[in-house]
Amino acid sequence: MFNEIQVSGGYDKDGNSEKISYISFERGNVYSIVGKTGSGKTQLIEDIESLNNGEGLTKRIILIDGKLPDEKLRNEYRSGFIAHLSQNMNYILDMPVIEFLKMRQKLKTSKNKNTSPEEILDTANELAGEKIKPHEVLTRLSGGQGRSLMISDVALNNEAPVILIDEIENAGIDKVKALSLLTKKEKITLIITHDPLIALHGNKRIVMQNGGIYSVIDRSEHEKKLAEFLAAFNKKIDITRELIRTGKTLKGVDEFVLHSVLE
Amino acid sequence: MNTIIIGGGPSSGKTSMLLHIISYMTHCGLKPSVCKIDCIKSNDDLIYKSMNIPVIQGLSDSICPDHFLATNLPDIFMWSTKNSCTHLFIETAGLCNRCAPFTDKTLNICVIDSMSSIKSPEKLGPLVTTADIISMTKTDVISQAEREVLSYHLSKLNPTAEIICINGLSGFGSQTLANLIINKSNSIEDLEGSKLKYPMPSANCAYCVGEIRIGKDYQQGMINKMSF
Repeated sequence: MFNEIQVSGGYDKDGNSEKISYISFERGNVYSIVGKTGSGKTQLIEDIESLNNGEGLTKRIILIDGKLPDEKLRNEYRSGFIAHLSQNMNYILDMPVIEFLKMRQKLKTSKNKNTSPEEILDTANELAGEKIKPHEVLTRLSGGQGRSLMISDVALNNEAPVILIDEIENAGIDKVKALSLLTKKEKITLIITHDPLIALHGNKRIVMQNGGIYSVIDRSEHEKKLAEFLAAFNKKIDITRELIRTGKTLKGVDEFVLHSVLE
Repeated sequence: MNTIIIGGGPSSGKTSMLLHIISYMTHCGLKPSVCKIDCIKSNDDLIYKSMNIPVIQGLSDSICPDHFLATNLPDIFMWSTKNSCTHLFIETAGLCNRCAPFTDKTLNICVIDSMSSIKSPEKLGPLVTTADIISMTKTDVISQAEREVLSYHLSKLNPTAEIICINGLSGFGSQTLANLIINKSNSIEDLEGSKLKYPMPSANCAYCVGEIRIGKDYQQGMINKMSF
């Protein structure tokens, strides 16, 4: 088990050294990666996933706790250094949820301390709107239910030390709760996002430009407050959505009512 | 020259994957060439040509593409040598999962479409079991859990192969694979005398040579009848 991943010595698309030539990723922290399409977000992730040793396009070197990772460490994470979660993902196995979770548990080697399938399901149900029933078929789950199950599975059942969350803003789940669940598990969380609420959830923002790391911004106290304000605003939208979803009319619902529900 | 054979079902992402690998290898100063083996006319050679590398296409027509490749392999190798290439990529379709086009002197990569393979990985025969590298494509659209389940099954079928996830659209993973190819493939003088890793089907019946009529009278040669 290690504590930090360091990334250093990269070059941007024009062959110039990156503005930020050294950055350290620590366990339990959330890093938002922001930047325009083509700015090098995916490449940064790939450098980390492949534990690049300076040979890649960007020449970045990835160190684990200050050392070049050896063959042993690489083999240890053969099944994946990064667990992925993205908006495009779907379940394609037509198996009952609980059967799938049981099968998945069986496949794991005995050295792993596993969470029970029921626990994963319960956690998923905290995030989703409609409850997932154990014998529901995976492929029939709604978008939000499927995403909740994926998140709970990655948070509780995955060995990968790094989690990559790629644009899950429209997943129809409690995203703030989902993020805090993932961070609680002492993982390094990387979020690629265009959603301000999610981006501000990270305690550090990595800004990409022209293939290089352009700047690293520590979330300020002011931004943290702003994030709370936006979260409350978001909650109001959630409440309104829930009212509409459950067939209620919005008669008499105004700013004040929404505010009081929050408190 | 290093020879790499890439096999995998239709539309599994072989070409998309290879395009990313070639662009990376060219960037590294290497000189790759591509030979594309197909049964029916395809336009993939045009895509490769746009990368300014030596490209040749072989159409197997009425013959099984794996047989076709085995017959033409030494000549393809000579062609690439004459173009003074460092790496020869042979992309070939595996149609029935019965065989694998791989040899003992080439680096063999099998491309698996995660979408279609997760339900029945056991159906993938020698293509998986005789590969040196297994590359899982389209993993970006299946869940992390399913990705792990599939890679577990593949590692049971072939415990020695490296398994890599590739996104043919974004190119994610292709650099890792390209470096693996550069480090794992061996340079050889020619392919004369190399051996197939898995024998081709032993069928040689009337239908193999163009018979189209159905019926007892026409079932000649080496045949295999079902028992009921």
